[in-house]
Amino acid sequence: MALIDTINPLLTTGWAKGDAGWSLKDYEARGGYAQLKRVLASKMTPDDVIGEVKKSVLRGRGGAGFPTGLKWSFMPKAAPEKYVVCNTDEGEPGTFKDRDLLRFDPHSVIEGMIIAGYAVGAKLGYNYIHGEIFEIYQRFEAALDEARAAGYLGEKILGSDFSFDLFAHHGWGAYICGEETGLLESIEGKKGQPRYKPPFPANFGLYGKPTTINNTETFAAIPFILGMGGETYLNLGKPNNGGTKLFSVSGHVNRPGNYEVPMGTPFAKLLELAGGMRGGRRLKAVIPGGSSAPVLPAEVIMDCTMDYDSIAKAGSMLGSGAVIVMDETVCMVKALERLSYFYYEESCGQCTPCREGSGWLYRVVHRIEHGQGRAEDLDLLNRVTDNMMGKTICALADAAALPVRSFTKHFKSEFEYHIEHKKCLVDPEVQRAGSGFFRASSVTGAA
Amino acid sequence: MDNQYDMLSPEALGKIDREVAKYPADQKQSAVMAALVIAQDEKGWLPQETIAAVASYLGMAPIAAYEVASFYNMYDLQPVGKYKLTVCTNLPCALSGGVHAADYVKQKLGIDFNETTPDGKFTLKEGECMGACGDAPVMLVNNKRMCSFMLPEEIDKLLAECK
Repeated sequence: MALIDTINPLLTTGWAKGDAGWSLKDYEARGGYAQLKRVLASKMTPDDVIGEVKKSVLRGRGGAGFPTGLKWSFMPKAAPEKYVVCNTDEGEPGTFKDRDLLRFDPHSVIEGMIIAGYAVGAKLGYNYIHGEIFEIYQRFEAALDEARAAGYLGEKILGSDFSFDLFAHHGWGAYICGEETGLLESIEGKKGQPRYKPPFPANFGLYGKPTTINNTETFAAIPFILGMGGETYLNLGKPNNGGTKLFSVSGHVNRPGNYEVPMGTPFAKLLELAGGMRGGRRLKAVIPGGSSAPVLPAEVIMDCTMDYDSIAKAGSMLGSGAVIVMDETVCMVKALERLSYFYYEESCGQCTPCREGSGWLYRVVHRIEHGQGRAEDLDLLNRVTDNMMGKTICALADAAALPVRSFTKHFKSEFEYHIEHKKCLVDPEVQRAGSGFFRASSVTGAA
Repeated sequence: MDNQYDMLSPEALGKIDREVAKYPADQKQSAVMAALVIAQDEKGWLPQETIAAVASYLGMAPIAAYEVASFYNMYDLQPVGKYKLTVCTNLPCALSGGVHAADYVKQKLGIDFNETTPDGKFTLKEGECMGACGDAPVMLVNNKRMCSFMLPEEIDKLLAECK
């Protein structure tokens, strides 16, 4: 899915030619690698680079929103062996921005990672790419070959004293590896089970060495920040929410896809860019930041702007910027059942509250959806989430619990109707038509 | 056990060497995920002795490689059909017909999830988010080829071209 529409494009300027514009010569023609050259030629110090990133108030685009410059400054200066890792294990349901970044503009990520390596004093980097997008992994490897041949990677880059090399590592189907320490375990050739924190990766990361790990979109923003200056970048967005952001819009809109807009853009504007509601139907709910972010009812999200602070104030999270749009044909019990199944499947099994709790959540939501719900089930769901949240090594338990809490809170009457009447409040035929799958009249669909 | 690597072709071992070279010399185990994929591509699936051969080649304990093979969803520890179709049924895909697409494939092939057609041609799997929700419904063919916007006509076309 190529970019369709945007406001003040930055990260997506290179996407105009779609699959025909990813190569090194295209990237250089649009000013690519100029910032790496400038950093190395002007002898900007690593601290100068970190200072500029701090000024931009770039916040981590993977979901947590942690300030990138601050994260880089945590890296110990004296350590002889350090790593830079890019997290392209994009598996948070609803998120598909990093796939397009690597597909249409892989060199922006490579340049961002090389500059990050310079800033934190690392000589080696890895980009961990979601296993399901193997074709994109191959494209990134091709881009790495180009960069290496052109002298942007390897020993003494562009005649400077700085050496850095970068490789791609693919996953093979484990959501948990999007968690940064699970990802590091996975690069080490193990099960991707998260580690206790602290110690954080800046002190004990890949192979036990100091490691900076950032999201793909975060790295892609670095050359632009250095090009325009941190302050100018910050002012593209709003205070404390610098720059532009990619939003992956999926679900019941006319034009699902990635949209780059300045931080602070009204949700209504983003919905308009995505072509508005499919079939002109009524908006029911939106998950604003990937499937683990609490769902917001239509009237709440329509008053929000798309930035970390506004969405947090409304009771959810901007997360990865994955905007899942649901219209009036959706049964919220069935929608939650899909999500709960996912977390049940993807719990890594390491912590008991998550391993067992995610199964409880799925089974209880499943029985409500299938007309076997009991009067006490909503209380039971709440109790199970209480026993999961904050009680595990990583945030997957919370990610499984938050949708359950928010769905049953905002759409409680639908769950109660299901339990009492043993069926959906939304007519099954309406639900079936809502997906748009059976639009061809000649097709006899499965029951 | 001199010939323990015989079960992997020289081409496959060459590809594994290329993966090993990405990591520090004392971290060969980092290549195990890629190596298992290379082995699975060659064998069609991952029998225990193949996993053990990969482990031995990388200097790790067989159980350590088996832990990896059994942890990540896309390794096949049982034989699969010539074409493994994985349909995403997660919420964003489901909103645009992911579950209906899976039902449609089930009906067309006469099999359920985790089953293989009697002729050994197709195996159907339920997949989790593939990170392409804007292209929903999404399916993977043999783990590596992603198919987008899989409405009934596109599914018919795909099934017909799988010879």
